[in-house]
Amino acid sequence: MQINFLKYRKLYYTFSGILILVSVFSLIIYRLNFGVDFTGGTQMQLAFNGDRISNEKVQEMLSDLKLGNLSLQQVGDKELILEMENINEDTHQKILDKLGGSVEEESFESVGPVIGKELQKKTWIFAILVLIAIIFFIAFAFRRASKPISSWQYGVVAALVAFFHDILIPLGIFSLLGKVFGVAVTIPIVVGLLTILGYSVHDTIVVFDRIRENILRNRDSSFEEIVNKSLRQTLIRSINTSLTSLIVLLAMFFFGGETLKYFTLVLILGITTGTYSSIFIASPILVTWLNRRKKI
Amino acid sequence: MPKRNTYITVIFIFILAFFAINLNYPVYFNKGTDFINAKTNLKIPHFWEKPFQLGLDLQGGFYLVYEADFSNTQVVEKDKAAIMEGLRDVIERRINLFGVKEPSVKIQKQRLIVELAGVKSSAEALQMIGQTPYLEFKEPKSNYQEIITNNQKIYEAGKGELEDPFQSTSLTGRYLVKSEVTFASTTNKPEISLQFNDEGAKIFEELTSRNVGKPLAIYVDQQLLSAPTVQEAISGGKAQITGNFTVEEAQKLARNLNAGALPVNINLISHQSVGPTLGKISLEKSLKAGMLGFLAVIIFMILFYRLPGLLASLALGIYVAIILSLFKLIPVTLTLAGIAGFILSIGMAVDANILIFARMREEIKEGKPYSAAMEEGFRRAWSSIRDSNSNTLIVSLILFTFGTSFVKGFAFTLILGVLVSMFSAVFITTNFLRLFKSKKEGKVGWLWR
Repeated sequence: MQINFLKYRKLYYTFSGILILVSVFSLIIYRLNFGVDFTGGTQMQLAFNGDRISNEKVQEMLSDLKLGNLSLQQVGDKELILEMENINEDTHQKILDKLGGSVEEESFESVGPVIGKELQKKTWIFAILVLIAIIFFIAFAFRRASKPISSWQYGVVAALVAFFHDILIPLGIFSLLGKVFGVAVTIPIVVGLLTILGYSVHDTIVVFDRIRENILRNRDSSFEEIVNKSLRQTLIRSINTSLTSLIVLLAMFFFGGETLKYFTLVLILGITTGTYSSIFIASPILVTWLNRRKKI
Repeated sequence: MPKRNTYITVIFIFILAFFAINLNYPVYFNKGTDFINAKTNLKIPHFWEKPFQLGLDLQGGFYLVYEADFSNTQVVEKDKAAIMEGLRDVIERRINLFGVKEPSVKIQKQRLIVELAGVKSSAEALQMIGQTPYLEFKEPKSNYQEIITNNQKIYEAGKGELEDPFQSTSLTGRYLVKSEVTFASTTNKPEISLQFNDEGAKIFEELTSRNVGKPLAIYVDQQLLSAPTVQEAISGGKAQITGNFTVEEAQKLARNLNAGALPVNINLISHQSVGPTLGKISLEKSLKAGMLGFLAVIIFMILFYRLPGLLASLALGIYVAIILSLFKLIPVTLTLAGIAGFILSIGMAVDANILIFARMREEIKEGKPYSAAMEEGFRRAWSSIRDSNSNTLIVSLILFTFGTSFVKGFAFTLILGVLVSMFSAVFITTNFLRLFKSKKEGKVGWLWR
């Protein structure tokens, strides 16, 4: 197999560029539909004992209570998710009374606005912390690789590609999902994104590690040849390592129940883009960066 | 030929696996011992049966966050911690009234995190937990000794209604300025000193002069905390409760008095509850998904890597058994997030094996004999295994400090998974591979390619 990965690198950049642009636009236009855990509010999951009651009927039954921003979403065969402004326990019980014996409450979550704000702030801090930790770690792991690419360059490339590619694209997809299906970005989804940050860098490290090794072995080859060779050597294992994770995640997505569905989806999206970016984006960027520096 | 050490190591691995499997699923072992014990007079003990600990989202229950509101009080910052502890005691006592198994009430700065497993949320329960604690002093009824003897009889007989020997007075927590632990100057024993405000001092003086030689009962939330005997009429609003307290008992009483004295409201700021049915469904579904994922990974590994794939699958099975045993032994409270982390770790656990096998194949292609290719493949793959796993570890460790229970559960099982999977890939799989070093390895070479 003698694929020249780097030859078409402009094509990969364009492809990813378009995906990133679409994601950014979607994020600007539709924004993210944050869940109650970030915005504060109430979410109730109910299961109908018998036949499903239509959303209009439920709205009507609850109209006396004047619930703010009430939204209803049907899930699965007999579940209904209600979302509304933060309510107190009295109102909570009244809702259950109104709907009477036709439903059973499966879960209830009510988050005050203070906690939501705190979580938003905390999430940003953690995302930044994770990113910094990754850059430092890669720079440290690659500290002995100094020519022709310095250790911090590996770190910056891997971390930034992971962040702008593997996080932005799934985020964009979630903003579209939020617009179309009302899928909310909740804490599990953010955790999924942060995990991807670690995971996609993990894939990139395998390739970079090979580049580092090949540089030491083939002193007279050009950097571009070395990167190409390393990509060829690591291609199958990169795909296989992701595939095993994807296998278990797909099993969870299809059979693991509603609660974890979008959490697994974000991991599936992230691992797919992460594997793609570690092969087609991260390593070519190293080459492009080096070439550009030479021209200057 | 493999070295003797390899055999010993592999035997050790199997013993470990045997224990891990039985710890998770002792039914067969215990049936076996019953069978043998019935036939012979060997008395083989049963394997230790220890259940998994399930979190709120899997067994149902509720999770409440209360915030204490100090705005009506003049509490200085350094006293807040003690008052929070007092509030926690109060809430724990209230929860104990429902008979909840293992309630957990934790303090987080000015918040109280309450976790109750296995109970259905109800309006009354929430209202009761969230009340502002109410402290009152009660005096004995005129015929209190009679009531006590009566109560004793009723108690022994086991029927009839107990009568409260104390009656309410106008002295409540509102008049108590503070209470603290002091030490008696002569005996150095811990005692609790109380200080009332001017109005309270007057009521207290009346109350004590009326009840010299009798007990004065202190109630928080209608529950008796202590009933010290009045030695003499006390004026000036300062009193000491003495007795054979340990320092801890004295501190506990003092902080309960403080919690009841201050008008500290506790507000429910977050409330989550999961019904037992949803919990059960979630558990069943995620376990089923885990099993399917596990089988699919095994099939993939065997199809793609043949014999090494089979060995890696065996190692993966042992990995799963070890992780599950650790969940029981540590013990880890399993939540849905934790199970997700664990299932993801199954997919990631074989990564290290894939790195090693891919490297081995390359070495074999270059014409190296099996044993050399194996050791070389392992040696070369190690740096990527170490680096990429360290990276996942770092991210999970940062996530672990995030604090939210979902994140913690996920991060913790992922951390455990990464550590054990490195052990399983590096130690278990490679030792299995070493078993196959032999002179005939050329003939079975196809199994490796």
